[in-house]
Amino acid sequence: MGLERAAIVVMWTVTALVALTLLAPLVVTLAVSVSASSVFNLPPPALSLRWYERMLRLRQLWPAVRLSVAIALISTAVSLVLGTLCAIALIRATFPGKTTLVTFMVSPLMMPGLVVGVALLQTLRELGLRDAYASLLVGHVVITLPYVTRTVLASLSLFDFTLIEAARTLGYSPPRALLNIMVPVLAPAFLTSGLFAFLASMDNYPISIFLVDARNKTLPILMLQYLEENPDPTIAAISSGLILLTIVVLLIADRLVGLRRLADF
Amino acid sequence: MSVTPIAVARSIAPRRGVEPVALLALPGTAYLVVAFAVPLALLLVTSLVSDGRLTAAGYARFLADPFSWTVIANTLRIAALTTLVCLLAGYPAAFALARAPGALQAVLLAALILPLSVGVVVKAFAWTILLRSDGVVNRLLLAIGVVDTPVRLLFTEVGLVLGAVNIFLPFMVLPIFAVVKLIEPRLLDAAATLGASPLHRFVRVTLPLTMPGVIAGVAFVFSMSVSMYVIPTLLMGDRFKTLSILVARSFLFMRDRSLGSTVSVVLLVIAVAVVVASALLARRWQPGR
Repeated sequence: MGLERAAIVVMWTVTALVALTLLAPLVVTLAVSVSASSVFNLPPPALSLRWYERMLRLRQLWPAVRLSVAIALISTAVSLVLGTLCAIALIRATFPGKTTLVTFMVSPLMMPGLVVGVALLQTLRELGLRDAYASLLVGHVVITLPYVTRTVLASLSLFDFTLIEAARTLGYSPPRALLNIMVPVLAPAFLTSGLFAFLASMDNYPISIFLVDARNKTLPILMLQYLEENPDPTIAAISSGLILLTIVVLLIADRLVGLRRLADF
Repeated sequence: MSVTPIAVARSIAPRRGVEPVALLALPGTAYLVVAFAVPLALLLVTSLVSDGRLTAAGYARFLADPFSWTVIANTLRIAALTTLVCLLAGYPAAFALARAPGALQAVLLAALILPLSVGVVVKAFAWTILLRSDGVVNRLLLAIGVVDTPVRLLFTEVGLVLGAVNIFLPFMVLPIFAVVKLIEPRLLDAAATLGASPLHRFVRVTLPLTMPGVIAGVAFVFSMSVSMYVIPTLLMGDRFKTLSILVARSFLFMRDRSLGSTVSVVLLVIAVAVVVASALLARRWQPGR
């Protein structure tokens, strides 16, 4: 019995440490962002919003935010369509090599981003595509697609397709049967995978670094560059903005599908 | 992450003939072939061509240089350490998460999902503050008496592993949690009734049942830490060389395409090996076999 009790104590101690250390970086970022000091000492000697003021005056910030959000929205939308179609085929059809195809479809998640980025850059330039915006879109669909395929596939594996046949017997046309029966069942999977695909795109550095140009910089690229040039708490203010935005988005997602579902992303 | 795609695909009963529904996979597959597989294949070709001739000279030069082996060793050591610490901390945490009562479980889930959703640049930047000599980590170590004087953590391997573990931990905990919550508690009761000791129950019942989650988590964390770039750049600086940093430097600063593509392929081979190994292991440990 002693061993079991010790295991339980270890389990909860480790878990408490894990939870605290996971939240620590976020708390520290928020604390530094409202500090009057410019040298990151904690606790803040005095409170001030000067770093937020400086953030608002940062001219390159808003174009970067706009670019990142646009790329993330478009690539998530494209991935939702392509990934869902793929998942339906992978669940419904039988063909040789299907297992391998599933592994291939989710493999971009596990490939080194820098290598994918540099390979894509080389190929796009050889094809004559020099536009940074279009290049970023092509690259970001590669990293968002696996999130959708994987999550929708998992959700479809629990879906009873005879429901659609039943709806058709009752007089629904095939598109209407799909729309009225499958889409509501898949809605949580769309939301979860869409959310994480969007966040993955917003956060991507390794692929983007090869595809951006001087006029089109995504937010992570701008942030790291700023950090290297002026290491002051302005970056904490931008980070805090992103953290607060993430909290709001997750609260909404929690209301819509629940935290437990988000854990299955 | 709860269901391994392979398990899903295999669980579907075979249907008759080739159906037109298979064509739905075509746009997505074609996209990934054109925008992902072909570019990687072309990069492989680039690494094997020099002055218009097919040659492995780039690899011979890279592998003959002792510096390259230091870089490979750095990369694998950091990734292995990060994965190991993530597993040691993540495994018990996944169990606690599965057994926690409703409200506590929600709090713990939020503590995992919120950091997971925040960007890597933000978190790595925060760790540069936490790891400073007058930072939170050092003050904690001083307060509990582990050290007498502040220790240098930023720009050290210990600091890098600490930061990386923290950033990748949710990717270890969530896949293991996904399998732990499916374990039937009565299985363990049955084993206990049959006289199995707690240790025996863990090794013979719990551990095998959680293997699919462990494999998924280890594969995720290892492949992410072997190719991480932002985290070592901020926590270790430029002097420390990993394969990723070498790839970035040779393309972005040195403009050495030959070296860059060679190092890229080395990194790619490691990543593909992880994917293949985890797919094979997942098949072996699949429930119902």
